[in-house]
Formats: sequence, C-alpha cells, structure tokens
Amino acid sequence: MTSADLTRRTAAELADLLASGEVSAREVTAAHLERTRAVDDRTHAYLHVDEEGALAAADEVDRKRRAGETLHAAAGVPIAVKDVLVTRGLPTTCGSRILEGWIPPYDATVVRRLKDAGLPILGKTNMDEFAMGSSTEHSAYGPTRNPWDLERIPGGSGGGSSAVVASHQAPWAIGTDTGGSIRQPAAVTGSVGVKPTYGGVSRYGLVALASSLDQAGPCTRTVLDAALLHEIIGGHDPMDSTSIAGPVPPVVEAARRADVSGTRIGIVKELSGEGFQAGVQQRFDESVQHLVDAGAEVVEVSCPSFTYALATYYLILPSEASSNLAKFDAMRYGLRVWPEGIEDPSAEQVMAATRDAGFGDEVKRRIILGTYALSSGYYDAYYGSAQKVRRLIANEFAAAFEQADVLVSPTAPTTAFRFGEKLDDPMAMYLNDIATIPANLAGIPGISVPSGLAPEDGLPTGFQVLAPAMADDRLYAVGAALEARLEAEWGGSLLGRAPDVQSLPLPAAVPATHTTEA
Amino acid sequence: MTTMTGGTAASAEAVLDYDEVTSAFDPVLGLEVHVELHTATKMFCGCPTTFGAAPNTQVCPVCLGLPGALPVVNAVAVESAIRIGLALNCEIAQWCRFARKNYFYPDMPKNFQISQYDEPIAFNGWLDVEVPAEHGEGTEVFRVEIERAHMEEDTGKSTHIGGLTGRIHGATHSLVDYNRAGIPLIEIVTKPIVGAGERAPEVARAYVATLRDLLKALDVSDVKMEQGSMRCDVNLSLMPKGSSQFGTRSETKNVNSLRSVERAVRFEMCRHGAVLSSGGSIVQETRHWHEDTGVTTSGRVKSDAEDYRYFPEPDLVPIAPSRELVEELRATLPEPPTERRKRLQNGWGFSDLEMRDVVNAGLVELIEETVAAGASPAAARKWWSGEIARRANAEGQDVPTYAGVLGVTPAHVVELESLITSGRLNDSMARQAWEGVLAGEGTPTQVADARGLELVQDTGALEAAVDEVIAANPDIADKIRDGKVQAVGALIGQVMKAMKGQADAAAVRELIIGKLT
Ligand SMILES: [Zn+2]
Repeated sequence: MTSADLTRRTAAELADLLASGEVSAREVTAAHLERTRAVDDRTHAYLHVDEEGALAAADEVDRKRRAGETLHAAAGVPIAVKDVLVTRGLPTTCGSRILEGWIPPYDATVVRRLKDAGLPILGKTNMDEFAMGSSTEHSAYGPTRNPWDLERIPGGSGGGSSAVVASHQAPWAIGTDTGGSIRQPAAVTGSVGVKPTYGGVSRYGLVALASSLDQAGPCTRTVLDAALLHEIIGGHDPMDSTSIAGPVPPVVEAARRADVSGTRIGIVKELSGEGFQAGVQQRFDESVQHLVDAGAEVVEVSCPSFTYALATYYLILPSEASSNLAKFDAMRYGLRVWPEGIEDPSAEQVMAATRDAGFGDEVKRRIILGTYALSSGYYDAYYGSAQKVRRLIANEFAAAFEQADVLVSPTAPTTAFRFGEKLDDPMAMYLNDIATIPANLAGIPGISVPSGLAPEDGLPTGFQVLAPAMADDRLYAVGAALEARLEAEWGGSLLGRAPDVQSLPLPAAVPATHTTEA
Repeated sequence: MTTMTGGTAASAEAVLDYDEVTSAFDPVLGLEVHVELHTATKMFCGCPTTFGAAPNTQVCPVCLGLPGALPVVNAVAVESAIRIGLALNCEIAQWCRFARKNYFYPDMPKNFQISQYDEPIAFNGWLDVEVPAEHGEGTEVFRVEIERAHMEEDTGKSTHIGGLTGRIHGATHSLVDYNRAGIPLIEIVTKPIVGAGERAPEVARAYVATLRDLLKALDVSDVKMEQGSMRCDVNLSLMPKGSSQFGTRSETKNVNSLRSVERAVRFEMCRHGAVLSSGGSIVQETRHWHEDTGVTTSGRVKSDAEDYRYFPEPDLVPIAPSRELVEELRATLPEPPTERRKRLQNGWGFSDLEMRDVVNAGLVELIEETVAAGASPAAARKWWSGEIARRANAEGQDVPTYAGVLGVTPAHVVELESLITSGRLNDSMARQAWEGVLAGEGTPTQVADARGLELVQDTGALEAAVDEVIAANPDIADKIRDGKVQAVGALIGQVMKAMKGQADAAAVRELIIGKLT
C-alpha cells in the first residue's frame, strides 16, 4: 500500500489495517509526515511537527504488537493536536507570541489519554491566538489556508485541526470549541467536528479561553471516526472539577447504527433564513429531507432568547478570558520584554511591556472588554445580565428538547470567506458563530457534518445537530444517518471531491494580520 | 497632651494621651484574621504544605498557575472551614461558590486569587472572650460578633533584596517562593466591635488569643503567629462620644503577636485621637505596624481604582455541604475554650488568679496532660510555672515549646512529685532534682541518684541526732516541755544542719515533740 493510499484511509480503516498487521504504525505515521512535508507549505496547518516523537511512539506500538501485548483498538493511528492543549516536551503556543518557546512540563488529560491509547502525536495545529477568532487569521504565526481554496479561511479558531484532517495530513485531530471553534472549521472544510457535552471531556491542560465554555473534541473525516476518538478522550477526570462523573454516552454504537427512525428533528426558527447564504440554506433543507426520508419527523421550535446569544457570549467570554489570560505576565515562563527607555524597570513595567508586545489586537480587544464588563459598577449590568440570559437560553433549550430529540441548523451562515474579508469588522467575524454559540452557553453537545457544496461558490457547507447534555450519542446517530445518505447520493465522501492540495499553486503570501503595532 | 512618636521626622505622627482619647471618643474595632490550615496538601492541588522546605520545591502546574492547569478543592480544607464556622457559632452556607479576586502581583501565580466573595462558607457568628471587668475585680465576658469566615488560597512569598527595610521600596530585585502559594487559608472577619471603650486594646488581644486557643483546640492550624500561620489585620476608627456614626478607619496590616495586637490598637486610637481632636481627618489607608518602635506608618492609600473584579470561579463547582455532613462535623467540635477553662479550674481547684496566670502563660494543656499522667494539679502548676517558665521567658519562648526543646515531659513532673510523696526528697531537694532535669541530666530519679539527693531514712541516725541536739539545748527543751511548742523550730534547724539537710523537716519536728511531751 502506498503512503498516499494510507493518508486517504479513515482512522477506523487504519485501525483495522494495523490490527490485522497489514501495515505498521511506523508506516502509517510516516505516510502522514510525508504528506505534511509535501503540503503544509500550502496549508500552514501545523505550528509544530514532531517527526521524531511521532515515529518513536509508532515504533513503540509496533513493538508491543509484535510482543503480543493488548493494545487499544486505535493504537498506532496518528493524530494532530490543537496547539491550545499542553504537551509535555512539545511547544505549546496557543497561536500567541507570548508563549513562544514555552515547553510545558506536563500533558493535558486529553493528550495523556491519546498517548495511553497508543496514538502517535504528529504535531500541534495552528489556531487563532488563544482561540479567539473564526478564521485563524489571528494566529501570531500566520493563518492556515483552506484546503478547498488556498485564498480562503479554514474557519477558526481551530482551522489548523480541521485543515490537517481535510488535507490528509492527519487521519484525525483534537480541536477545542468555545463558541464553534470545532464545528465551524469542520463546516467550511467539509469535515466532521464534534463539541461534546460541557464536562464530557477533561479540560485539564487545555489553556483556558473561557472556562465555562471551552470543550475539547474530535475533528475527523467521518462520523464514526469522531465517535471512536470521542470515546478515547471522554470520561471523568478528577483533575477537572467541572468534569462529569459518569460513563461516556454510547457514541460509537450510535454512529454504527445510524438509526433515525422515529427521531424528532427540531428546526430552530432563529437559526436559519435571514443572514444565511442561499446555498448553505439549500443544502440544509435537502439534508433535513434526507433525514425525513430515513424515518425522522420534523418539528419547528422557537428559542427567542437566541437573538441575545451573541451579545451574551461576548460578555461572558471576554470576562473569563481577561482573568484567564492574566497569568501571562513574563514572571515565570514565556515571553519577557524589557520596556524601552526605562533604566530599572519594575515587575509591573515588564509585565505591561510583555503583554503589549506578546498579545495580538483581538486578544487585547477581548481583555479590555472583559476587564470593563467585570468592573465594579458595571458587573451587574454586563456580566450579571449575561449570566441571566445564559440561563434563559439553557431553559429554552430544555423546553425545545421536550418537543424534539435533537435540534438542527446550518453550522455556519456562510461558506469559507476570503482572507481579510472580515478582519476589519469584528462584528461580521463574530456573526459567523451565530448558530454554534448557543450550545456552548448551554453546555450541550453539537456536531457538524458536511451537507454538500454551496451551488454559488462550490464550497463546503455544514449541517449542525444539537442534543441535550450527556445525550451525545444522538449527535452520532443523526450525523451518521445523514452522512450515509449523502455519500450514497454523491457516490463517495465530500472530501473525495476536494482538489488535491498538492497540485494547487502555492498562493501569494497572505498578509500578516497579527501586529504588535497599534 | 499631644506628643510626637519616635522614629524619623518624616514618619513621626502626633498621638493623644490615651485617657484623653477614651474620654472624648469611642473606638470601633474590626479584626481580620488569616489562618493557614495545616492540611497535608494545598487548597487546590496535591502539593505538601510543610513549613520551611527549600524554596519552590513544593509546587506543581496547579499552584504555579501554569497554562491549562485547573484547581480541585481540598475536601479536608472545606471540612476544617465548616468546623471553624461552627465553633464560631456561624451559620453554614447551604450552597456557596469560590470567586476570583483579580489583581497583578508577581507572588500570585495566576494573577488572581481564588477566594470567596459574597458567598462565604460561614457567616453570622460570635465568639465570647474574657476581659478584665469594667468595674471592680475579676473578669467578664465580652461578645465579639463574627461577620464571616471564608476560604481562600495563600499567595507566594516575596523577598525583596537590596532595599533597607526588606520592603519593595529601594529593592534591586525580588525573589519569590511559591511553596506558600495555594496553602489553604481561612479569613475570619469580625463585625464592627463597638462598646469596648477604653478596654478596646484588651478586647482585641483577648479575641485573637481566644480565637487562637479555639483553632488550636479544633486542631485545624498550627496557629503560630511568629511563623505567619496566623496573621492579624486591625481596623480601627474613632467616633466622638455619643455619636453612632462610624469614623474613617485605618487598616493596620500584619500585626503578628498578641502583644502587638494590643499595642497597635492602643497606638492607632492615640494617633486617630490626635488627628481628630486637632480638627484633621483620618485618611483611609493601610498602615504598617513596627514591632520595634511600637508605631504604625502610612502604607498605601485606598482608592476607588482598587477594583478586584470579583466573579464566580468558573473552574470550580459550587460547594453545597449537606446538613448531615454539617451535623457530623458539629459532633467533632471540642469544648469551647471558655467553658473548658471553667471546667478545668473547678476540677483543679485553682483560684481565679491562679487560673488566669496559667492561661496567660499558655500552661493549660501542659497541666492537663500532667494531671492526666498522674500528678496533682497543684504540683503540675507549681513545677510548670516555676523555674522552667522563668527560663522560657528569658529565651522568648512559651513553656510548652521550651519544654519540647529541653525534652522535659509531664512524666518528669509526675516522677518528681512521687519522689516527694514517697519521702525520698524534701522540697528543696526536689528543686535541685528539677534543675538537673532542666539541665538535661536525666529523669528526676536519675538526677537524685547522681547528685546523692536522699532524705535519711535511717531513724537510728536521726534519733541520735535529735537526742544530741536536745541534750545540747536543755533550756529550749524545757520550754517545749512547758508547752511552748513554737520553740521547736530552733531545734529542727540544728537537727537539719547535723543531718546536712538530708532529713524530712516534718519528721524531725514530730520526733522532737514526741520525745519532749
Ligand atoms: Zn501544587
């Protein structure tokens, strides 16, 4: 089997090939590293590739297999990890200059679980700085390019994780989703992304953006692969107080059964129509019809408070972020900048100079917003009110789930936009997450599966499914059913129709968007 | 009369005579006490809490605030907090949260402190303390109302190098030790204490002392003020007599001994009095206490800009102690210190004065142990408050600590007493034996053996000596025969001398009287 063939396989297929001894973990890992060497100058999806570490981990799996040791079913299938999860001995920058050169002394629980399952870690993927953004344009190390069109954004903040999967630089990857950072990149790259129930996957070692919203999850090419990965990383962690004690929902079984007969599908009135690109809406409607044809029932539900979701999110997120990002102060690790023109700077002056030089504009914007929203005299009006609306949104979800087993919407209102298109208009950028944010506010799980290509631009569109907390298995049942019907219609996967990145011309350099100047 | 305090001209501030202050003003006190719990591990991680370890050796990603690390609440610390709350007669929250207190400082790894804000674990309590009676002799109970007791984590410890005073001003660089970062703290805050009048300094001291005893009895903290495991901030304001409108207060930080608490309150009362009576107004500020000179100096002025931007800690789940747990913990509470003292005093038969001396000298536990080991209360009090107390005081230590250093135990006192009651030693010999014990020469018996301390048990030798002395003093012997028994003293002295002190004076007396009457 050629290495090109290996990078075309799903993670589940690779697991079977490895288990049967047809290929070695070293061959699979080397194939993906080779692919990365070939195309990453075009995608810029990785911030750091760990060839040596990945191959050593692969060899270890091969050795154990030869020795007849019991291995995890996915042992030897390599993986990429978003650069917001700490990896012992591997750089972790969160896409920021302020952490340039920092090597964490410990592994995130998610990373620990990947290693325990024998998954070689290929590298760390690009992202918007501290996961703030919907395009990776806010990465301090330059944006990732969409494998479908190198002039366009791959979504964000986890554009790197979706792009490595869509460009076959990794069979699967870990992303994190605070307001849509797994699901929106999945939608615009034609891949699958899942945000599990809040507390379903440990946040220990996930560098916090907004603690009450962040959740790590799978980025894959198929629904089954996402379920397999979800099972590896999910489950209670005593190191994370907000982690849910209880078994991981039966996600793999649900993905394999792909059964939606009798499932009540709720279409959220507020998450479609106006503001949604015509082709996106069209593919959404067709997908709903597919589910109906597969035996599902459709109901329409209304969640009026969703109108306030974006405003709520942009008070809670910056508030928590302003506090979470306070630790980056040049005192113990990371960047240290000495202020210019000051003879004997104080610790405070070094902190200020470092934070000024080390954080990008979007990060500063949100720190300022959050600091303001938490200030005495404003707390009740901003943070306090936002928490109230957040409760309303959770209540409306609960009411909607009385009427429907799952809720559905387009994942993102548009297909991938061009670089720079929304960079000067933060509100336009924020609006890209309008459909994904409510799930984070309520702590419920969501999935994005490819629903086709928008007729007007030929770019991927995504279909979002939301389920009640700890009913993550429903996402997989509906997602797998839709995937099966669409792939039957298309005669293969959507990504099978993507251009080969390697053959695309190297694009002109994308202008650096991350500035340290005012 | 107004005088200037000592120190440099810049820091000298006028103070008013104490009696003048108390005749014109009523003090309002507020005490904030931080107590380090002596749990085995830190508040939010598994690091050990041992005092005095090499810098930055008791740290991990969590207490260093490394990116990605998350806190997990120490359940033992929560139970300790609840027990403290219950012992302070507080209500225990049904549901409460931690909050983040945001401010930048290098010894705070995350640049926020996990604390509690508007939802403390315990609130609305009181603690009765004993102070000298307002009129006349004896003591009376003064009730201090408790506002709240809440949980938080300690910060690291900064050491400023190169400055004159160890403070950051003038320092060239600072060293930070994060071993202390994340040690569980309980902050106990009183409601404003009014009505203490001229006894305010004593009330403050008695409160901190009683709180210390209570926390010790609860076995939740080392409560060593000199090591910083118990730290006290003193808030004070004055209001003109007859007014109920509180004045502007000053906050004197880190007043870290009982004596200093009393002195700091007194000093601040005199300083406030001088400012107010000369028509000035008090600046709301924090102040530094100077143990050596007994004065406070201005620290940082409190301003509106100080905004900690508290919000509920999103990395932790709320704490909702079940009522069953609270009752279980209530059942583990020790006897309240004041009740315990009453009970012990009655059992021991000590006078009020004797008991107060014992309490002030910190001897209650030691006497209790010694009595439990078999000594009489009187002997226990006598030996622990004698020579060893004098020496401990000279060393600037308390008796229990000093006894620990010397290796002197309650068993030694029991043994010493039994040597007396068995008739082997008389009182002055026992003092010699005790000195030997304090000098590390061994147990009382070993010391007595080594020094040859022993009353003469040979009645033949004693009788011979008595007979000799009677024969040598016929006049005195006649007086005694005539019924003037008090004259026996002169003969006892001569017998003791003849016996070189190795006789029991009481036995000698009986022997002489027996022979002459
Ligand atoms: Zn620690």
